[in-house]
Amino acid sequence: MITEIEILPGVLSKKETTLRNTFLEHTKIIPQGERIKLCIQCGTCTGSCPLSYAMDITPRKLIALFRAGDMESILKSRAIWICASCYTCQTRCPSQIKVTDILYALKRTAMEKKILNPGIPTYALSQSFMKSIYKYGRLNEPRLIIKFIMRTGFWKIFNMIPLGIRMLKKNRIKFSTEKIKGITDLRKIMLKAETFDMPIEKELPAYTPEAVGYKSIS
Amino acid sequence: MKYAYYPGCSLHSVNKSYDQSCKAVFNNLNCELTELEDWNCCGATIYMSIKEITALAVAARNLALAEKLGCDIVTPCSSCYTILNKANRYLKNNEEVFEKVNLCLREANLSYHGTIRVRHPLDILVNDIGIDVIKLNVKIPLNQLKIANYYGCQIVRPEKGFDDRENPKTMENLFESLGAKEIYFPYKLRCCGGMLMTTFQNASLKLSKEILECAIENGADCIATTCPLCQMNLEGYQNKINKIYGTEFKMPILFFTQILGVALGIDKKELGLENNFYKCEKLEELFISSSKQKELTTVG
Repeated sequence: MITEIEILPGVLSKKETTLRNTFLEHTKIIPQGERIKLCIQCGTCTGSCPLSYAMDITPRKLIALFRAGDMESILKSRAIWICASCYTCQTRCPSQIKVTDILYALKRTAMEKKILNPGIPTYALSQSFMKSIYKYGRLNEPRLIIKFIMRTGFWKIFNMIPLGIRMLKKNRIKFSTEKIKGITDLRKIMLKAETFDMPIEKELPAYTPEAVGYKSIS
Repeated sequence: MKYAYYPGCSLHSVNKSYDQSCKAVFNNLNCELTELEDWNCCGATIYMSIKEITALAVAARNLALAEKLGCDIVTPCSSCYTILNKANRYLKNNEEVFEKVNLCLREANLSYHGTIRVRHPLDILVNDIGIDVIKLNVKIPLNQLKIANYYGCQIVRPEKGFDDRENPKTMENLFESLGAKEIYFPYKLRCCGGMLMTTFQNASLKLSKEILECAIENGADCIATTCPLCQMNLEGYQNKINKIYGTEFKMPILFFTQILGVALGIDKKELGLENNFYKCEKLEELFISSSKQKELTTVG
């Protein structure tokens, strides 16, 4: 039987505990998310990841750091944002750990706690994406890309011009965005959902003698 | 069997040819596809990076709309396919979350009971309609065209779907029955970089380059994809890859429905073949030879 994941690996600082709890709340939604406890550190995830060469902390190390109680390094890393969510690690893990879904939970934790590496443009892209969905209900890809470039460095648009021209010639760019008829309904759904997503302040688990030493990681 | 067709935002803007060719192929095979009325964006990979309940509720609105019609959803876009399936899975797995999402949907007078399946056209063509039926409708055999079948990373992973997760054969079986030649293509499931092309372009260019290289090494005439994002990444950035890596790629990247449409004798314009950046010469030759044959039969 998989034992309680809330047992702390030793005594952690307050900041570390809050980060850890936020992350664990986010993993509750993942089916079988608690399997992270069964990691045998075999390295299959890192070996299968096509982007592990560009990561500062590889997937195997991310899970090891979590179990050692170092959420801060994980959330400040570049690795969680470079993940392309190709699911190769999740498909091949011998302990059937949902590695990709866990990385999504880490992304959400980082965004919620505002631990955002300044070199990571993903946050800007997701903000533009969210605004488009709230405004129209659908997305217009060329508009999204242009807005994103404007937010993260307008000079990059010169790189995109050759591709843009080719696409225009092949009639693949649409400038208007379709608005769905049920947009007011969609907005009501989104606003109600956001009330559920607001972070809940959880009580820190009490320190017990069993939370120290070998027992805490078994 | 009726299906609710969910094109996704990409098929309505940058990749219209996938939308056109998919509808044309299903029409030709007498399978009804009614577009899901007033569908909204599924949220894609970005959304799950932000808020969970909002992401699930946005995707669940589409599931609820399809449930009203009583049909399963068919979605050609691999990203939408994965997201809608993921939403289905997460909701069915966690009652608390399911209740919360239904409370959100109730604001719009909708509700979802978990009865809808989300399927991919490749699955429906090969498993529901059947290769035998497709074979009967073939007008232009593909004449040993060498196709690299690029599934992309989203349609058979992570959960076991309609095919094997390490070596799927659905597209191979389909194209072989149309007369194409199967080639060895070990990178058929490797990620092309996906959304990283916007955020970390260098990483995505490297991944795309490796896939193109593998296809060329194994003698492919063209690459058949199932995902609009992969098609954009592999096709639109070949020039950039050539500049950075000193290669000379000119590989045509087609949607599998376009190639299937050619074999079924559907008109070029309906399949959106003119919208692709690179023409597949061998495919064009098939058109020419078949129209010549038509001339001979009508004259003679």
